[in-house]
Amino acid sequence: MSTELKQKKQTVSQWVKSGDPWVWLNAGAVAISVIMVLGLLILIAVRGLGHFWPADIERGTYSLPGSEPYTLIAERVESTEVPAAQLREAGIPVGEQYDLMMRSLMKTGNRDVYGSDFRWIIDEYFTDISKPEMLFAAERHEWGNLYGYLQAVKEDGQVVAQTQDVTATDSALATWAAFEASIDRATGIYDDIHEVEKYEIGEINHKLERLRLEQRRLELEGELTPEKLADLDAERAEQDAKYEVLQQRLIELYGQINRDTFVVQVMDGSVHEMQVAKVVRAYRPNAMGITEKMGFYGAKVWEFLSAEPREANTEGGVFPAIFGTVMMVLLMTVLVTPFGVVAAIYLREYASQGFVTRTIRIAVNNLAGVPSIVYGVFGLGFFIYFLGSGIDQAFFPEALPSPTFGTGGLMWASITLALLTVPVVIVATEEGLSRIPRSVREGSLALGATKAETLWRVILPMASPAIMTGVILAVARAAGEVAPLMLVGVVKLAPSLPLDGNYPYLHLDQKFMHLGFHIYDVGFQSPNVEAARPLVYATALLLVIVIATLNLAAVTIRNHLREKFKSLEM
Amino acid sequence: MSTKADHKIPELDFDTPALKRHRKVRALKDRGATVGIAIGGSSVIVAVLLICFYLVYEVAPLFTGADIEKQNSYPLPALDAGKSLYLTAEEQVEVGLRVAENGDMIYFNAENGQIIEQVKNPFGEPTAFAVEANTSNLFAFGYADGRVLIAKQHYKITYPEGERLITPSIEYPYGTEGIQVADFALRKLSIRDDEDSLTIAAVGDESAQVTRLDKDVNFITEEVELTQSDASLPFVDDTYSLLISGNQRYLYLATRSGQMTEFDIRNINDIQEKEQIDLIDGDAQLVSMQYLLGQSSIMVSDTSGRVAQWFNVRDEDNVQHLTFIRDVQQNSSIVDIAMEHRRKGFATLDERGFVAIYNATSSSQVINEQLTDSATGMISFAPRANALLLEDGQQINLFHVDNEHPEVSWSSIWGDVWYEGYQEPTYTWQSSAANNDFEPKYSLVPLAFGTIKAAFYAMVVAVPLAICGAIYTAYFMAPGLRRKVKPVIELMEALPTVILGFLAGIFFAPFLEEHLAAAFSILVALPVGILLFALLWSRLPQGIRWLVPEGWQPVLLIPLIVVLGWACVALSPIIELYWFDGNIRGWLGDQGITFDQRNALVVGFAMGFAVIPTIFSITEDAIFSVPKALTQGSLALGATYWQTMTRVVLPTASPGIFSAIMIGMGRAVGETMIVLMATGNTPIMDFNIFEGMRTLAANLAVEVPESEVGSSHYRILFLAAFVLFVFTFVVNTIAETVRQHLRKKYGSL
Repeated sequence: MSTELKQKKQTVSQWVKSGDPWVWLNAGAVAISVIMVLGLLILIAVRGLGHFWPADIERGTYSLPGSEPYTLIAERVESTEVPAAQLREAGIPVGEQYDLMMRSLMKTGNRDVYGSDFRWIIDEYFTDISKPEMLFAAERHEWGNLYGYLQAVKEDGQVVAQTQDVTATDSALATWAAFEASIDRATGIYDDIHEVEKYEIGEINHKLERLRLEQRRLELEGELTPEKLADLDAERAEQDAKYEVLQQRLIELYGQINRDTFVVQVMDGSVHEMQVAKVVRAYRPNAMGITEKMGFYGAKVWEFLSAEPREANTEGGVFPAIFGTVMMVLLMTVLVTPFGVVAAIYLREYASQGFVTRTIRIAVNNLAGVPSIVYGVFGLGFFIYFLGSGIDQAFFPEALPSPTFGTGGLMWASITLALLTVPVVIVATEEGLSRIPRSVREGSLALGATKAETLWRVILPMASPAIMTGVILAVARAAGEVAPLMLVGVVKLAPSLPLDGNYPYLHLDQKFMHLGFHIYDVGFQSPNVEAARPLVYATALLLVIVIATLNLAAVTIRNHLREKFKSLEM
Repeated sequence: MSTKADHKIPELDFDTPALKRHRKVRALKDRGATVGIAIGGSSVIVAVLLICFYLVYEVAPLFTGADIEKQNSYPLPALDAGKSLYLTAEEQVEVGLRVAENGDMIYFNAENGQIIEQVKNPFGEPTAFAVEANTSNLFAFGYADGRVLIAKQHYKITYPEGERLITPSIEYPYGTEGIQVADFALRKLSIRDDEDSLTIAAVGDESAQVTRLDKDVNFITEEVELTQSDASLPFVDDTYSLLISGNQRYLYLATRSGQMTEFDIRNINDIQEKEQIDLIDGDAQLVSMQYLLGQSSIMVSDTSGRVAQWFNVRDEDNVQHLTFIRDVQQNSSIVDIAMEHRRKGFATLDERGFVAIYNATSSSQVINEQLTDSATGMISFAPRANALLLEDGQQINLFHVDNEHPEVSWSSIWGDVWYEGYQEPTYTWQSSAANNDFEPKYSLVPLAFGTIKAAFYAMVVAVPLAICGAIYTAYFMAPGLRRKVKPVIELMEALPTVILGFLAGIFFAPFLEEHLAAAFSILVALPVGILLFALLWSRLPQGIRWLVPEGWQPVLLIPLIVVLGWACVALSPIIELYWFDGNIRGWLGDQGITFDQRNALVVGFAMGFAVIPTIFSITEDAIFSVPKALTQGSLALGATYWQTMTRVVLPTASPGIFSAIMIGMGRAVGETMIVLMATGNTPIMDFNIFEGMRTLAANLAVEVPESEVGSSHYRILFLAAFVLFVFTFVVNTIAETVRQHLRKKYGSL
């Protein structure tokens, strides 16, 4: 800068006059925006990824003044510093010598024993903290986590391994080994039961329902002849027989799974006997090395991605939500791409460029800014209540009064979102078309190609980067949109996936789960929000990754295709 | 191309049959594509524009008026029994009932007037008559011997051979013997009945009487035992109308001239006169005094054609006073007034034969038509208010009424309305409640207010950050850094709002509650800190300053801001301790400021975050595309960079910045998930930054799935959606037009 020398002698008032402070403040605004974005991403990443890490279990004595001291066994969730006055106001008798105190949220688990999972404590009164190796945590199918000391493992009520030790003696480790073996066996049987209940019996139920509808349809059409009825009854009897067999097998499996029990001592000293079948996995975090923890971490992440949710969505995985989101977005893409492109081509290449076209263009452009909830309301009113119930009357009278398409579902959700995102595709495609030089078109026409051929062979390939960008932006928007979906077919827990082995395989009328709605529902509507929170962070992280990836893909594809057609551009 | 080539080259024959066919196919394809694309394209555009029309289509019935249509008229069934004391019909409008002057109860076919059953009055001609309420089907006769007989309509519905058959009958729930309430001839009568007791008020020629029958259910036999207690009332000359309140607590006694006396009859042994009220202005005379649905509002009609609504309002001392609320005016004296059974609507019949249908709460007239020439008569609504019976001396006329949404009018949606039980007119949104005779309150004002409040706080956060950021990025920032910053901001735009809402509700709201002091100290510390740092930086020796090239200042500032922010958060408990006695929320409470955990401040930040990238991108674009010649000219004339910025660049780019703000605002107004998750969603009217709000969009997300298709609630929600649609559409159109205009202007430069 040529002014450098002068600036050296600048006084403060000169400095102010030069406008530099304002420039710095503007720079501050950029910095704040960047910090906000990065901070948010880091926050989600840390909280979301931290959830799967096996935290140490602490054991200590908690002696709050004015109440009985007791032993506390818990995982530390979070700690904050608070003024002691606030605690006094809340009725906690803290000592007068404190001004600021650390308050921590501890996860004690054992909801079936204590009634709640979490406890707020004041760190100043939590003493004698140790991390005993034999303390274990067990994830269960119900009642959340269990923390305590393992005392015995029983088969059919007979003790097979026993210990009273709280340190890692041989007998304690042997008991633990027996416990782990028993859990492995129980989870194996549990998977079998799940397989039978969900898939085999589910299939039979599906077939029986179809038979019922078939009969009702014939009845309505007045074609229910005795022969047909006999056919239906025969088929039904066949399915019932199959069901009987499966039922027997289930009874057998249930008998097996309930064989083992274990005895655990929890933090208040009480001893409980529980069924091994209720345990999903058990581990001793305090005894795990870093490699073991990493292995455990990997297993948990995989469970999160591939398993179904447990315990009112607060535990387990989010696979159905991932699947539902992907299905919905795919269907939407299939709808939005051809229609959006055709509309753009019509507007740019075929329609006469007058006032009407200009108005329509602005209108379409602005529809991208209309709140998504308005599309949801439209989808519910027009598609579901108007078209859907019409379709039901015409094509599915046998299922009435229970609606088939007259209620929210995958198809209506996809169409609603297609409508929501079609302006994005139109605008992007039009922009691409308008960039193609006139001379290219003229060249093609001059060589004798028809307009359609020019379009198909020359214009569309050249516009493909823009089309692709539009589609991917539409997909990214659709994947993150929740408000309209709440009205047109998303549910907190869908009994089955919209794509399965039962005819007609793709169930367009079915309600589905969605990652974004999962975040809203589990984070805000769940009965045990505190326990569900880490899982919601993980889901949020997943959604951010999906959307960031899609956006990056948009940029990459655009650049790649641009490169490919670079020679054509002038 | 279609013209034949004259010169023929043997090797190149373009007119072989195969080539001709090929050309034809190509031409056909081309035409096919043209038609296909035209149809496809225009249908997509139509489908998209359909949204607007469909919303209007759903909203329109709210504001289209009602219809009344004559279905049939027939001579009064059993004309010899005299005119009617009471006229009504059952649910399906198949069976009508009229109680004649001689006491006979005549059931007739409501369609054609054929008598179904004529029930003789057990005690002959009554001297007084009263109806309990439309909904209870109870009515009472008073006789000359001081006896009261209570009768009830009963309809049995059967389906012989699949056809609906309604069999009417009369029951006497308090026995066929009647209740002896007085020893004088009864002239005026009023009854009120509920599960616990029955109260009868009767007025004779010279005395008045109140009787209460308390009901006790015998636990063993489950029989109801009645205990009768009587008390005499102070007699008021010229008593014209009697009314017992719904809770059997007050008795209203009015004279022909409209002088009303209110008695407290809660304790029947200690009847107190409570108040005297003049119901009617001037010299008009009282026609009738009846309860509206819910037995809270008294509708007083008079000979001047005025119908006034009164209900109890609590004053400052928590004492209820019957208060005049609103009135409607017909052109001539009211003859009869009929109440709707399930809504707060009523109909009047006046001397000129005009029937007018009103909704009390919105005080809107939905119909006013001359339906008869007779100056006397009687009208009655069917329970569903879809039919109206009109008796004019000799005939009964059956009208079909189509009046779906009387409770909604432009003024009830956007104006303040005095609802029953409220102390004053309010703007209230309350679409549903647990009890049955609840009146939904559909004022969109609190929702619109909430929307504006949320958008306002979001803009307060977003506009300075986004515009300042854009100014720096477009004009001062080094290109290398700019290439890195822009994707970050684009990523910010792509973040789903459900994640922002979740973080705002679950993380930020509790965090802010605990570190409220930090929120405000950061507001002061950041600008001061940045300026101090800048000053120090400018004093540093050149060698150090040159380490960071021009246009990379944000990189220097990022650690500074992180440290400052962290320090503010860490110091927050200490600030709270020394300035707010360790409890900032308690301190706020002492200042009379309510504090909700999920408040406008949280929404402002979260939604500001969502809006920043929108405003940033458009502003940045506008500033960046200011022609370089302009800025270079300014710099060449000796202006500093900042002067060039404020005097040249900003004025040129200002339309673009304006449109950026508009588009950002459009986005903030329609944002749903953030508001849904980060506020308490209470429809309040308070601009307090520490309280929540309910916005139009969030309200849609909450209530649309639950509302009944085609109901007023459903249509009002569609209206809300339409308002959002139109608002954002208009705002975006303005912004877009401004931007196009700007682009053209730059093009010429």
